[in-house]
Amino acid sequence: MIAPADWPDRLFETLKAGGVRQAGYLPDAGHARLIERCRADKDIRDVVLTTEEEGVALTAGAWLGGARAVLLMQSSGLGNCINMLSLPRACRFPMLMLITMRGEWEEFNPWQVPMGSIVDPVLKLCEAEVYRVRDADAVQGTAERAVQRAFGDERIVAMVLSQELIGAKVWTK
Amino acid sequence: MSLERRAAMATLLAGRDDGLLVVPGLGSTCWDLAAAGDNDRNFYLWGAMGGAAMIGLGLALAQPRRRVAVITGDGEMLMGMGALATIGLQKPPNLAVVVFDNGLYGETGMQQSAAGGGADLVSVAAGCGIGTCLDVRDEASLADLAARLKGLSETLFARVAISRAEPPRVLPLRDGVALKQRFRAAIGVNP
Repeated sequence: MIAPADWPDRLFETLKAGGVRQAGYLPDAGHARLIERCRADKDIRDVVLTTEEEGVALTAGAWLGGARAVLLMQSSGLGNCINMLSLPRACRFPMLMLITMRGEWEEFNPWQVPMGSIVDPVLKLCEAEVYRVRDADAVQGTAERAVQRAFGDERIVAMVLSQELIGAKVWTK
Repeated sequence: MSLERRAAMATLLAGRDDGLLVVPGLGSTCWDLAAAGDNDRNFYLWGAMGGAAMIGLGLALAQPRRRVAVITGDGEMLMGMGALATIGLQKPPNLAVVVFDNGLYGETGMQQSAAGGGADLVSVAAGCGIGTCLDVRDEASLADLAARLKGLSETLFARVAISRAEPPRVLPLRDGVALKQRFRAAIGVNP
């Protein structure tokens, strides 16, 4: 049994072993550890974005140049990506998105719910394969499949990390 | 003073070598690039508005030994203006972002853009920390920009003031998968 707090490290190691060399991200508390690991790794170029759709274009450019990139975002950021996802759909670029969920399990902020509640259908409409993870033990195996599927077959793959896995945001501190 | 867009594109790409990879924006700059001569190292965009500069960034980081020129329009750049901040932070030495600025949305009926109303993209790029920022308004500075594209040493941004002229469309290949495959094959990263 992997301790729950270890899963971001397993995720990082899977991306690294999978040859990912660029990580575009908008911060999310659920991605904090993974972002920290990417920033500390000399082989991975971390690219902080101003909006998530930039990461879709970054990832396409990386693949044109023969490099594997990953895009990290919170669920609300998916809405910012919809038109730009035309790029991987029209050109069949691999697009590996790791999406941390808000607006579901134990959500305190009702403003997170409108986008959070439509993540799965939006992804499906955008022709993404959706791999949802609720359990820390499933993170690594799912990530391995996601990496293989995205880059091996040039597909849009979204690994959706449920709020149950991440834990609810703490509002009082 | 402003420059004619097709002539400006031809000047920028004259004597182009295999080390230069070019990404236009969608619309007029895409037709301008096609008019300058098809090349497997062009990745024509028929959509993805606002994404050209970021495609250039991903490509430049992946191919540090080649030079990448994004040549897009003011409307396309305005839609993805945050990319200038992202690029300003990354500072890839092999990336140039060139904006053909007529202050208009040419493809949709020549409506005025924010750049046409006074928004200054050169100041934005400089404010984002991009190393070299040029305002190209005449043939001499266009020739200087063309020379710089042959040997980039730091991230470059250039606004090229172009006239309102609307030359006939020259339409390149529009199959995205084919464009991607031929581009990757040309630089030796296929499969």
